[in-house]
Amino acid sequence: MQRRRLRGGLLGVLFFGACAVAFAFLALPVIAIFTQVAPGRLVRLLGNPIVTDALVVSFKTTLAAQVLILVFGTPAAYLIASRRFPGRTVLVTLVELPLVLPPAVAGLGLLVTFGRFGLLGSTLEALGLSVSFTQTAVVLAIAFVASPLYIRTAIAAFQAVDPDLVAASRTLGAGSTRTFFRVVLPLALNGLAAGEALALARSLGEFGATIMFAGSLQGITQTLPLAIYQAFAINFDVALAMGALLVAISAVLLFSLRLILSWQPSRRTSPSLFAPLR
Amino acid sequence: MATLSTDFSLALRSFALRLALDVERTVALVGPSGAGKTSILRIIAGLVRPGSGRVALDDDVWVDVGRGVFRQPDERRVGLVFQEYALFPHLSVQANVAYGGKERVGELLERFHISHLAKARPGELSGGERQRVALARALARDPGVLLLDEPLAALDAHTKTSVRAELQELLGALELPTLIVTHDYEDAAALATTVGVLVKGSLRQVGAPEELVSRPRDPFVASFTGANLLRGQADGDDGGLTAVVLETGERVFSADRASGEVGVVVYPWDVSVGRVRSEDSALNLIQGEIASVVRVGNRVRVRIGPVTAEVTEASAERLQLERGGTAFASFKATGTKLVEFSAADGGLSFEP
Repeated sequence: MQRRRLRGGLLGVLFFGACAVAFAFLALPVIAIFTQVAPGRLVRLLGNPIVTDALVVSFKTTLAAQVLILVFGTPAAYLIASRRFPGRTVLVTLVELPLVLPPAVAGLGLLVTFGRFGLLGSTLEALGLSVSFTQTAVVLAIAFVASPLYIRTAIAAFQAVDPDLVAASRTLGAGSTRTFFRVVLPLALNGLAAGEALALARSLGEFGATIMFAGSLQGITQTLPLAIYQAFAINFDVALAMGALLVAISAVLLFSLRLILSWQPSRRTSPSLFAPLR
Repeated sequence: MATLSTDFSLALRSFALRLALDVERTVALVGPSGAGKTSILRIIAGLVRPGSGRVALDDDVWVDVGRGVFRQPDERRVGLVFQEYALFPHLSVQANVAYGGKERVGELLERFHISHLAKARPGELSGGERQRVALARALARDPGVLLLDEPLAALDAHTKTSVRAELQELLGALELPTLIVTHDYEDAAALATTVGVLVKGSLRQVGAPEELVSRPRDPFVASFTGANLLRGQADGDDGGLTAVVLETGERVFSADRASGEVGVVVYPWDVSVGRVRSEDSALNLIQGEIASVVRVGNRVRVRIGPVTAEVTEASAERLQLERGGTAFASFKATGTKLVEFSAADGGLSFEP
């Protein structure tokens, strides 16, 4: 009995210790970003042209990428969720592949597809379009790495909509378009918003694919993460200021995500963010 | 009144579904779960395509596989009430009803006594209220046909009785060709003027509810209408009656004629119960242990050996019927029917 309590106590200490180490390890680097430089100076440093240029580039490209992700991703996710067809599993795997792909490989892939000597390069050139090392390239890089997060979550959200509700809508005289906009979309909306929040967070942090495919030209292709990388060798405090800004934005995004997921007013169909794909 | 005519087939996983039926007033299809009941409604509503055949409301053809006609669900004047009602959880009661059609919303809310719930969400409603909303919504479409999928299955026993009465009244007033599917013969008989028994995708018998009870065509129909079905071997003519040796060993008599392997059909309310061997005119006597005593409304169902009997509460009390005791079940030879088991039914078993 005595020994048992001792061992239980020891185990408790070990678990508590491991927990403390894990928390400290995850939290300290985030906190450190804010403690190195005084808050007032941190805010002033945001006025630096490197920062303002990067902010504009990040804002524009991220926004454009989100439009692409939503416009193409939503119908794709709905189709995958609502239809059974041969090769569906393969398609889902392909869609998810960029999630696990190293970003540098993603950048390489984009380069040999849209680059001057890439798969579609000559076609694009014939059309007078040059993609690599332009803002378009940033948008494509972001969309490539972030869209799978959205599509994956959206598929789960669409699948969680009770098929009987869709059938009921049809028998009540609504065509498939009206059914989609009045029944399917509103019921999947929470899940879609959650997926979009994840994609947005991933978009803002994109680094590897962008630097490979779009380069790091200030005011053109240099997004916030790229600017941090450049500033960190020249003006470390500016890098910290941008870091602090990204931490703040990420925190807001994460918080909204939590809010979206907990906000499910009287809905039976509650899409789970981590619902397994069927 | 319009007529919904159906004549179609569809291959399901383990059997072929076939239905050839004209629906004028209220028809109920009864059958065990997995008999293809829901598929029939889905085919008529246009949610599932039949493999062959046609569905039409008068001369308005909804499906004709042979001629390549298929109308989408929203192009058919059909009102389908789902088993779990399928109310839109994100819309209020009023918006749910208006989804079917905006013109008559107020009138329908009034008619179904749900005006006070107009702003409520389906999640806040009771089972009976949900059903009324689902019916109002289906009727808002101004359908030419009403289809009800297990309209009483999602309700508890207490609510069921009152909702059944409401439905009865409604169906009487609507004058719409209505097709109901249910697994409960009592519900079917209460709601419909014509009942069809569906087993493994095909109709075994169609007729008035009392006709199925008095003249069941086969063992399935008999067992579905709630009768006792005692399996045995016909053992020749015995003084003008057919003697049957039951699987359980007893020898019983029926005024019906049959030979070979037969089922003796006797309704629980035609079975008398006693604690001592009776000396009345009932020719058939089965002695057995009381396996269960269940109250159903103001009656009591007693299971004695292979037979279920129905007696009044007063009788059950007087006879002190309790589980484990011994009792005699008696029934007259004229109170029985004989149905022959066809070779195809041989391997199938029944649950009383």
